Amino acid sequence: MMESAIVVESLRKEFGAFTAVDGVSFDVNRGEVLGFLGPNGAGKSTTMKMITGFLASSGGQIRVDGLDVGKYPTQVKQRIGYLPEGAPAYGEMTVTGFLGFIADIRGFRGTEKQDRIHSSIRKANLGSVIHKPIDTLSKGFKRRVGLAQAILHDPPILIMDEPTDGLDPNQKHEVRELISEMARDKAILISTHILEEVNAICDRAVIIAQGRLVFNGTPQALEAMSRQHNAVTITFAGGLPDIAEQRLSALDNVAGVNREQALNRLIVMPGGGVSIVGQVTRLVRDEGWEIEEVYVATGQLDEVFRRITSHGGSVDEGDLS
Amino acid sequence: MSATAAIFRRELGNYFTTPVAYVFIVIFLALNGVFTFYVGGWYEREQADLQTFFDYQPLLYLFLIPALSMRLWAEERKSGSIELLMTLPISTWQAVAGKFLAAWTFTGIALMLTFPIWLTVNYLGNPDNPVILVGYIGSYLMAGAYLAVGSCVSAFTRNQVIAFVIAVVICFVFMLSGTPMVLDLFQAWLPQPLINTISGMSITTHFNSMLKGVIDLRDLVFFFSFIGCWLLANIIAVEMKKSD
Repeated sequence: MMESAIVVESLRKEFGAFTAVDGVSFDVNRGEVLGFLGPNGAGKSTTMKMITGFLASSGGQIRVDGLDVGKYPTQVKQRIGYLPEGAPAYGEMTVTGFLGFIADIRGFRGTEKQDRIHSSIRKANLGSVIHKPIDTLSKGFKRRVGLAQAILHDPPILIMDEPTDGLDPNQKHEVRELISEMARDKAILISTHILEEVNAICDRAVIIAQGRLVFNGTPQALEAMSRQHNAVTITFAGGLPDIAEQRLSALDNVAGVNREQALNRLIVMPGGGVSIVGQVTRLVRDEGWEIEEVYVATGQLDEVFRRITSHGGSVDEGDLS
Repeated sequence: MSATAAIFRRELGNYFTTPVAYVFIVIFLALNGVFTFYVGGWYEREQADLQTFFDYQPLLYLFLIPALSMRLWAEERKSGSIELLMTLPISTWQAVAGKFLAAWTFTGIALMLTFPIWLTVNYLGNPDNPVILVGYIGSYLMAGAYLAVGSCVSAFTRNQVIAFVIAVVICFVFMLSGTPMVLDLFQAWLPQPLINTISGMSITTHFNSMLKGVIDLRDLVFFFSFIGCWLLANIIAVEMKKSD
């Protein structure tokens, strides 16, 4: 069986006495978008810098397409398209000048060079600014120039450090569309601290905190870890029946019932994350309560994120995918 | 086109897309004129040579070359573009060589633009043109030596002002290492062979030796190994400091 596009094994990085990355292992498969999450300073960028060969690791192994990054840095860099944090570029150059430079370095010549430049300008939607110096562009355009640079050689592996950071909602949407389009045949690793992004584009998420891996699984598995997962919110028409709270609490698999600020709303919390909506609606029907709305929560990513990244303890879910 | 050539082209083009090239060339030519004709008293000497032109070049380069080299790496580190550059499929030496050669070629262009001075001396007299040519070659090699120092220093800091000042100081030491001012410092406590070595490291001594109009292998070896050593240090500095 072919090895995953990116394999990271027990990766470590120390800066003096400070351990930035502490034994992180994960892999990224072809055709997969892996979301790399964690609080600021958790070691996301450091890990990405080691995968792209910018930083040397202090221990562990990184293989890209089966090649050790330390031993074959140039071959690895040829296979990777990298958007560093903040999308740095040569600001005084025009967009075409800059992409031309990248094409030269990547060894494209003549018509192929022109084709590559035009194709990445089209994909990154840069047509309107090609002759402008990069310094004069808006943040959104600068980010897209960084993207264009990263995809110019149609790399099998794309690594993007916070590709949507600081963009407005429309720009975020465009960048996500672009990533999803490319996802079919590439291995894509994106770091973010925007949780909605994980649901929007990622097939799998890896969370690190304080340099350690604390989660590796699907976004759905991440949501399932929420205490809110499968909680049922009932909004009653008119007033709240007196016995409702008591009767709902008595159901099997219900861990508790919370009263919302709104007087006619109850949140029924499940025990062990199992689905309770069937029981709850049956009870409502049997009792003949008039209700306006029933809503099943999928789980609060923010809450899970805070819980598993704040105390530094590993959530031992293994690979839930 | 190889990666070195791509970097070379980008860097050289960069001088001309920003005002750097024009400011540098205008000031370089103006100061060369001032030193040659006024400070050096070229007309008063009534000799058909470019002695006064070359005499002031070590001093002129001392301030102008670090101004050119200070941004080579410091700017990359400050803007973060070094992360982009060093994650492209190139080796560090290719980047160092491309940048250095671009800066050196640019100083070559500036130096060639002093040709009106050469035309003047040929119009007014009959100079020994081969001597002048060797002088130009010596001047160009000296510029390369200063640039190699400046490029290396620039990799150690993200602050261009610091890169400039430190490069000036180091160039100043190598400019004067053949003079009593520097040698007296070491005379008391270093053995004579080491003193001779320090004296032999003087850029000015080797430059002056070329001004006599003879290309001595020792001078060439000095300049090329000087440039080579500093560029090697430059590569190491980039490797060490790129991610700081």
